Amino acid sequence: MNIAIIDYKAGNIKSVEAALQRLGCNTVLTKNHNEILSADKVVFPGVGNAGAAMEALKSESLDTLIPQLKQPVLGICLGMQLMCAFSEEENTQGLGIFDVTVKKFLPKSGEKIPHMGWNNVFNLKTPLYQGVDENSFVYFVHSYMVPVFEFTAAECSYAEKFSASIAKNNFFGTQFHPEKSGNTGLKILENFIKL
Amino acid sequence: MLAKRIIACLDVKDNQTVKGVSFENLRYAGDPVELGKAYSEQGIDELVYLDITATNEGRKQIYSLVEKVAQNLSIPFTIGGGISDIRDAENLLIYGADKISVNSAAVKNPQLVSDIAKKFGCQFVVTAIDAKMIDGKWIVHTHGGKRPTDKELFSWAKEIEDRGAGEILFTSMNHDGHQTGFANEALAKLSEILTIPVIASGGAGEMSHFKDVFTVGKADAALAASIFHFGKIAIPDLKQYLVKEGINVRR
Repeated sequence: MNIAIIDYKAGNIKSVEAALQRLGCNTVLTKNHNEILSADKVVFPGVGNAGAAMEALKSESLDTLIPQLKQPVLGICLGMQLMCAFSEEENTQGLGIFDVTVKKFLPKSGEKIPHMGWNNVFNLKTPLYQGVDENSFVYFVHSYMVPVFEFTAAECSYAEKFSASIAKNNFFGTQFHPEKSGNTGLKILENFIKL
Repeated sequence: MLAKRIIACLDVKDNQTVKGVSFENLRYAGDPVELGKAYSEQGIDELVYLDITATNEGRKQIYSLVEKVAQNLSIPFTIGGGISDIRDAENLLIYGADKISVNSAAVKNPQLVSDIAKKFGCQFVVTAIDAKMIDGKWIVHTHGGKRPTDKELFSWAKEIEDRGAGEILFTSMNHDGHQTGFANEALAKLSEILTIPVIASGGAGEMSHFKDVFTVGKADAALAASIFHFGKIAIPDLKQYLVKEGINVRR
């Protein structure tokens, strides 16, 4: 199994790389279009600022490549948010794979932002969550979120319900970090590898 | 619901985990990567590795430790100790750290916190504050608690938050190593004035201290070292106890 991890200098990719390798995959960190197109699966990671990340994608024409990919793609954290149409973070135009707007968390009763730490996920859908128990805990770090919509694949609640995960055709996204979510996260990555 | 976090802190010197009482009398507690793995299997929510040598020579060892931890663990971890510039922070990110913790360097140059937060995101920068109650005032100390500063805990914590820190790790030097409970009053006040998560450190000795720090101290996370390293409290037992006491923790 060859997995291309999209390289656009967006945060810590060591852990996701290591987790995939521990699960027996060959990984390549790359921005090369041919390498990405020929991989069995693609992981689109990301931590940081949406505006700067989109600029980095555009500078390598990855913004046009990613929406055309046919193999399973997993966007993690900011990667998932960038697959959406628009982000309120610096009013950034996203890749538009999911027609939804990424919104800033609005605390309702003094919730601290960023939403950081372990939270439970529920209403789990799609093969990504096969064998994962409802209300399993996974690790989140984010200040912006995707509301619950048509393509929500898992929900979480913090100030309000939001999409912990989204899925449409070959595109999957997790707002949480599966590579940081202990055995639950490894199970989810394993399910992605098996898709 | 967001879970309260239990964090184990591993003080690292010459690639070995050590922990002293009130920052002195260091004692051996094992290999840092193996210890981290063992904690992860037991259900610890997060780890903090603190480089207490923080010399130039120790720096390379720390990079290699960070890389090994990132390769072997699938829970978040923070690296602290001796981070004094943005290049060092960036190196730690590249080697696989999820977060870094700055302490003395932030006091010396508060702009460092702003710069790291701006470049790598708030989530990447934890600011550690060691403070000691002196004549009714919480005085911030640096250099492993050796040097008092002219800063006061609450105003300093607020400044750090405004500069973009993602979390505050507050160690009460009056409580650290004594195992008589956390500095709950100061913690509750921190939690009240800040909008970022507060990690409580210093004073854990019994399971009830964790319940108190989450309820009375209103902390988002609690950190301990010796009581975990020497097996006085096992993580699964602690989690079970907290669930029974109605506190939401990861299971």
